[in-house]
Amino acid sequence: MLRKDLFRRPKNELEDYFKSSKKASAPDVPGEMCILCPKCKSTLFTSSLNENCRVCTKCGYHFRMNARQRVDFISDDDTFTELFSDMRSKNPIEFPNYTEKLKHARLESAQKEAVVCGTAKIGGFDCALFVMEPNFMMGSMGTVVGDKITLLFEYATEQSLPVIGFIVSGGARMQEGILSLMQMAKTSGAVKLHSDAGNLYIAVLTDPTTGGVTASFGMEADITLSEPNALIGFAGPRVIEQTIRQKLPSGFQRAEFLVEKGFVDSVVNRKDEKKLVSKLLSLHKKEDL
Amino acid sequence: MTAYDKVKAARAKGRPTGMDYISNIFSDFIEMHGDRRFGDDKAVVAGIASLNNMPVTVIALEKGHDTKEKIYRNFGSAHPEGYRKALRQMKLAEKFKRPVICFVDTAGAFCGIAAEERGQGQAIAENLMEMMTLKVPIISVFIGEGGSGGALALAVADEVWMLENSIYSVISPEGCASILWKDSSKVKEACEYLKLTAEDLYNLNVIEKVIPESGNFHKTYFELKHLLFNKMSENKKLDPETLVKQRYSRFRKIGSYSNTI
Repeated sequence: MLRKDLFRRPKNELEDYFKSSKKASAPDVPGEMCILCPKCKSTLFTSSLNENCRVCTKCGYHFRMNARQRVDFISDDDTFTELFSDMRSKNPIEFPNYTEKLKHARLESAQKEAVVCGTAKIGGFDCALFVMEPNFMMGSMGTVVGDKITLLFEYATEQSLPVIGFIVSGGARMQEGILSLMQMAKTSGAVKLHSDAGNLYIAVLTDPTTGGVTASFGMEADITLSEPNALIGFAGPRVIEQTIRQKLPSGFQRAEFLVEKGFVDSVVNRKDEKKLVSKLLSLHKKEDL
Repeated sequence: MTAYDKVKAARAKGRPTGMDYISNIFSDFIEMHGDRRFGDDKAVVAGIASLNNMPVTVIALEKGHDTKEKIYRNFGSAHPEGYRKALRQMKLAEKFKRPVICFVDTAGAFCGIAAEERGQGQAIAENLMEMMTLKVPIISVFIGEGGSGGALALAVADEVWMLENSIYSVISPEGCASILWKDSSKVKEACEYLKLTAEDLYNLNVIEKVIPESGNFHKTYFELKHLLFNKMSENKKLDPETLVKQRYSRFRKIGSYSNTI
């Protein structure tokens, strides 16, 4: 039987989803006091949203969080020490408009690159921490992101520290071509050496985690947690829909789906993240030598 | 030849595929099937063979020649079970101290519902991790297309060689053009910008060798056979720790492109 919509472009719910969420999570410029929840359509005060760790007070929808907000949220007060903060991308393959794009991303995110690395205490436990920045080219991985994550894992291996990573990324950064792809292998190697030395790595996958980051350090943790409803996958949903000419089932590639399929250990609400990570760190505390 | 011509050549009909290399370079190839977890992916061919009497593990991404074969091989785009089959054979190679040779020719890892359900990202990630510390020599040869993570999952190697008219890219030129210009007709420009030819990659120090193509592939097989045998004989002498260390630093050095302010 011929399906009626066979030759029609499949409706992509995500396009609407991204549109509305982009509008809803517009940067907190002064004057913009209210924000619309894309899920329950409630109007929320930005201040109360931020106080509630950017989770909708009405329906529990998790808004995106920038890297600095997350660092403050997860680490104990005044314990975060940033590492490798000076590293900035060049335009290694002279990709058109990339230099301008980087400038724009730096302004938009107020960060030098798409990941913030350092050491911190979480619930009193020492760890190495990396947090990716959604406002910097959607957390994409170029050579500097690859370098910083590799350096952090190497530092953590040397110091016998667990690594906690908050991941948000569209994948490998196209503008650095093959060099971005090589970062997948490089970071994976650093994760492996950290793991072989008996150290713990906890990844918290947040919305969205896709592409080359899913296919490298995103899926290589000892414990993989995820925030509710986060999009997690290798190929993006739009690409899949275009390839198979078929609408994707609802909930496909969402965090809960990945738990069901056996690729994520647990979905955790943002407000419980710190407690859970602290507990896990305490259970993996190394005996004094 | 422009970058776009190279892309066309890499995808050209009639270009030898993975199994042509296997049958012309090795003797006694014995194919092994399945990942022991889900099934047998026909896009990945793996097994044991002999290279001038040296036992080796051979893994190839296989596109197939005619339409029937191509459908059977899923056009060389592997599902997670394909990468897991490859890893299983690599682990056996490690156990029995056989070098591993991979032939890469894929537009990319398959993108579909089943592939996602069975963890395409996780399967690739695991290969990257495990290959990095595999205690036997690995060489990957790109014979046609090298599409992104799906190619890298068989290319975490001590050396990566590319045929003159093969390509290796983070994204397909079509994908790049549609993202950047929302216009898939700008593929030619995208090919240039992405730096995806063997020569580009050699100049970026991402690969070790460009294998010249004369048009006569029997000559290429003959040359490859000798190059592979010589390199593997040499690498077999290295102790596993040195080998793994060298492989890690091979990738470790790709990416010192940062400024400090």
